[in-house]
Amino acid sequence: MAYDFGLGIRAYIANRVTDKLTRVSDHIYCCRSGSAADTQAVSDIVAYHLDFQQSETQEAPLVKTAANLFRQMCYRYRDQLSAGILCAGWDKKEGGQVYSIPLGGMLIRQPFSIGGSGSSYIYGYVDSVFKPGMSRQECEKFVENSLALAMMRDGSSGGVIRTAVITEKGVERKVILGDKLPKFFEG
Amino acid sequence: MYYKPRDHDFAVSLVQVYDLSASQFSPDGRVFQVEYAIKAVENSSTAIAIRGKDGVVFAVENLILSKLYEKGTNKRIHNLDSHIGMAMAGLLSDGRSLVDVARTEASNYRMDYGSSIPLKTMADRMSMYMHAYTLYSAVRPYGCSIVIGSYEDGNPQMYMVDPSGVAMGYYGIAIGKARQAAKTEIEKLKMTEMTCRELVKEAAKMLVEILTLAFLFVIHVVHDEVKDKAFELELSWVGEMTGGKHERVPDDLRAEAEKYAKEALAESDESEDEDM
Repeated sequence: MAYDFGLGIRAYIANRVTDKLTRVSDHIYCCRSGSAADTQAVSDIVAYHLDFQQSETQEAPLVKTAANLFRQMCYRYRDQLSAGILCAGWDKKEGGQVYSIPLGGMLIRQPFSIGGSGSSYIYGYVDSVFKPGMSRQECEKFVENSLALAMMRDGSSGGVIRTAVITEKGVERKVILGDKLPKFFEG
Repeated sequence: MYYKPRDHDFAVSLVQVYDLSASQFSPDGRVFQVEYAIKAVENSSTAIAIRGKDGVVFAVENLILSKLYEKGTNKRIHNLDSHIGMAMAGLLSDGRSLVDVARTEASNYRMDYGSSIPLKTMADRMSMYMHAYTLYSAVRPYGCSIVIGSYEDGNPQMYMVDPSGVAMGYYGIAIGKARQAAKTEIEKLKMTEMTCRELVKEAAKMLVEILTLAFLFVIHVVHDEVKDKAFELELSWVGEMTGGKHERVPDDLRAEAEKYAKEALAESDESEDEDM
């Protein structure tokens, strides 16, 4: 699950403790859902391309570029892959951005995006709570609450919450352990 | 100790030539094929490009070699992508094959990365491509230089790539026969403070002035008809005013620029007459 609060932020739900927030460049991360093997392979290849482009141009790659590389792979091999990817980050041209590349290899930019098995439980929550132009603190709270709610309802989610806040300065990672999760009605 | 060759050794050995292949150096470290290619550019009709504060202007002199040609044949300004303009000097056919390569490059970039190719990347790729043709005996170097320009995120940019495969960024550049005179004129401009609207006029003036004078100097004719019909002026620009797209200069401004150029020319003619 991800969110962009203008400066650039997004976070992800973790299956127990594995880290599915993956670096593809210094200011671009992706959230992987679907087959771990597929998404790992795809993000490795994208990271390679971005690294190559960076050494060619001596400039940090754009988030749009990364998202397009994901799209390109996910679309070309759509019959073989089961990969749902959220790609987000910060670049100096457009600031914080969130892109979603769902199963068939479509690419769409969104103000925030959710994905993975737990996401269907929280569409109502995120749609009602989200508002454009939230502060960083509001964004983090929004992300954590959404994830806690999803993890509670989804049988195949749960464990820890891993977040990453991406700004011009870099990435700040955080882990919220299972006993520190936000609590809601659990009936 | 060394052996001095005997007389008959000279008789047997052939004279060594170093200019037949692009893959061979001469003893003093030159690659003649590349230098000849540069000569091909230097003999071509002139192209100039100037980078102003809000864009890049291209101006090319297109010699009309025959009255039978249609207007606008053999264009020397092209679009490499909607946002990149290119002017060339040298062998037209070589230049057009480079246009083809560059367009493929631009299209592939858009396909792979979802955005238009930055000019720096385009300049790098074109220079690598042209440079490759200076390395093998089976090919000849490109007999043309290209100037490419664009306006990305509020920044005008311009590069020139020559047959040796060197790409450099410029504020103003002239290639072709009258390049020296044109460069001298360009150096007088404060182009970083000027708009493209002003630069179009200056560029037109430069070409008309320099070329007509050069023409007169060579041919010794002072007829206005000859002056007017000697060449066609190609003018294009990319910048703020075109929304980052490379386009031909609109007819009204073009007419204005030509008028400005001819007036300036008439004035300089008068002052020359006085001198005489």
